[in-house]
Amino acid sequence: MSLADPDMTPVPRQIPDRLASPAAKLLKSWESLLLLVAVGVFILNCFASPYFLDAWSLSDATFNFTEKAMIAFAMALLIIAGEIDLSVASIIALCSTAMGLVMQMGGGTGALVFTGLAVGLLCGAFNGVLVTRLGLPSIVVTIGTMSLFRGISYIVLGDGAFRGYPSAFAWFGQGYVFWVITVEMVIFALLAIVFGVVLHKTNFGRQVYAIGNNSTAALFSGIRVGRVKMILFLLTGLMSGLAAVCLTSRLGSTRPSIASGMELEVVTMVVLGGVSILGGSGSIPGVVIAAILMGLVTFGLGLLNVPGIVMSIFIGLMLIGVIAVPRLFKMARGK
Amino acid sequence: MKLSAKLLATAAAFGLMAGTASAEEMRIALVVKALGIGFFEAAAKGAEEAAQELGDVEVIYTGPTDTTAEGQIEVINSLIAQKVDAIAISANDTDALVPTLQKAMKRGITVISWDSGVAPEGRQMHLNPSSNPLIGNMIIKLAADNLPEGGDVAVLSATTTSTNQNIWIDEMKKVMPNYPGINLVATVYGDDLADKSYREAQGLMQSYPDLDAIIAPTSVGIVAAAQAVADAGKIGQVNVTGLGLPSEMAGAIESGASKSFAIWNPIDLGYAATMIAYNLAKGDDEAAPGATIGMGRLGEVTLDETNSGAMADPFVYDSSNIEEFKSIF
Repeated sequence: MSLADPDMTPVPRQIPDRLASPAAKLLKSWESLLLLVAVGVFILNCFASPYFLDAWSLSDATFNFTEKAMIAFAMALLIIAGEIDLSVASIIALCSTAMGLVMQMGGGTGALVFTGLAVGLLCGAFNGVLVTRLGLPSIVVTIGTMSLFRGISYIVLGDGAFRGYPSAFAWFGQGYVFWVITVEMVIFALLAIVFGVVLHKTNFGRQVYAIGNNSTAALFSGIRVGRVKMILFLLTGLMSGLAAVCLTSRLGSTRPSIASGMELEVVTMVVLGGVSILGGSGSIPGVVIAAILMGLVTFGLGLLNVPGIVMSIFIGLMLIGVIAVPRLFKMARGK
Repeated sequence: MKLSAKLLATAAAFGLMAGTASAEEMRIALVVKALGIGFFEAAAKGAEEAAQELGDVEVIYTGPTDTTAEGQIEVINSLIAQKVDAIAISANDTDALVPTLQKAMKRGITVISWDSGVAPEGRQMHLNPSSNPLIGNMIIKLAADNLPEGGDVAVLSATTTSTNQNIWIDEMKKVMPNYPGINLVATVYGDDLADKSYREAQGLMQSYPDLDAIIAPTSVGIVAAAQAVADAGKIGQVNVTGLGLPSEMAGAIESGASKSFAIWNPIDLGYAATMIAYNLAKGDDEAAPGATIGMGRLGEVTLDETNSGAMADPFVYDSSNIEEFKSIF
């Protein structure tokens, strides 16, 4: 190593005259790449199967992602803040079981929805207290509650099932607002707007990013880190409760195995949407597009009768791809 | 915009062409609990056999990766979108599939369940592999066939509260008079645990030295009993029979501890389900209480008041066919 090592000589830093225009930034963004992929998949699907372009089929296909996406919105905020909740699918099971019990006691549709949301909120509070008050790592806490919540459902139901929900209750998971627009689609769209505004346009949203980037710095900047995280856990619980209402209504019955494995699909959706699993970055539009993209891929492959395991491989590759490609680009540019 | 419009137009044209091309061919979807299970792969083989026999049928063999109701609903939704003619499903959940299957029926698709049923409002008919009276008769018949001069038999069941086993044993007792010379000396319970069933079988042979056969209408009990007989050196004296799985019983058949046993035949089940779906979708038969529906080489199935019917006697497995089936399930 000589003194003339090029790495050692200071190079005047280039400061650009101006930042890239918003339009250019948008074009280069993760969301537009994802949108491009989604459009590509849509067009491919049109060619691959003659049954794809049908309003009713596409409407049916949205059920592949609407419930998961409801949770994914809240999960995105939680992951941006540097935490995670793996118990969401088990919260659905517990909420659905609680709704079944209320139904057996003669509760109407209103009582059922209230029960679902309330139990979801309670589960979220339980996770939140363990993480924020006791300072436990969220991944460990929620792996624990994942077994706990579903375990309770199994104790209540065993190998039995709740059935016979009131027909008015079917509106949430089987109803249509008009023509092919389902109730779940409308809920999905409304939530996308609400979460988008909260994350991108409010102080609360900025605080979420700040915590995810550096929670110590956020704390010293006067952000009540514990409180924000608590709210996010409550929100995730509430959204799981809402998903439980929709799913139970759609299935018209409750079994303790309901929604099993859904937590991983939700996390996949969030990460695919460009949310950094390490926290600190991501956007709601990204999650929306990722949800639709996953729905398109699974439905498209389903139309071709591709076995589910091949579909899982496809989703897995897609996930690794979207994480690896930007990293590879960075490495290539670095050299 | 122009390009995408063109693309859409081509896609639509594609759709029309494909629509007319497959109009004569009937598409029947065989939906199973999960892919990659030997039992269902065998059923798919039977469905293919039926399709070849019928000629104008395409079988779509499909199912989710895990045995979940949600997975099956996604599969059914994609089948509805493909406008298949019939869906024959072995359900992961009696109730959760009902709304989706009702939607399928509303759009003109014939829906039947087989093996594992759907609640009556979610299907047109259900095909049971067998019926309780047929099973009760078969297990005693298997024992009696090997005892032309009569003899003593004992039952090794699962638990005292196992609904299925109790019904089958009751049905067996009802037909006992048809098998003169056969005496039922005891009924014991191995709780569907391998070690307890093994000890109960040992106990039977000690308590009844003249015992000629052990009937175990449970797949756990029959294997344990065969092992107990082999370990006691009583092969040839005590014949173990009942209901078991070919893969688990192959050793017992080879050693002679069991001369024969029974269970449903998954190939026949897939064949019959496809035949029934075809006949219903074609409109040749109608699913109504008391109606009969053709099942090709397996004859006809008669529906009861819940629109379900039994396919056939349990299929008998012995040294002549165990090799073929032991790798299947």
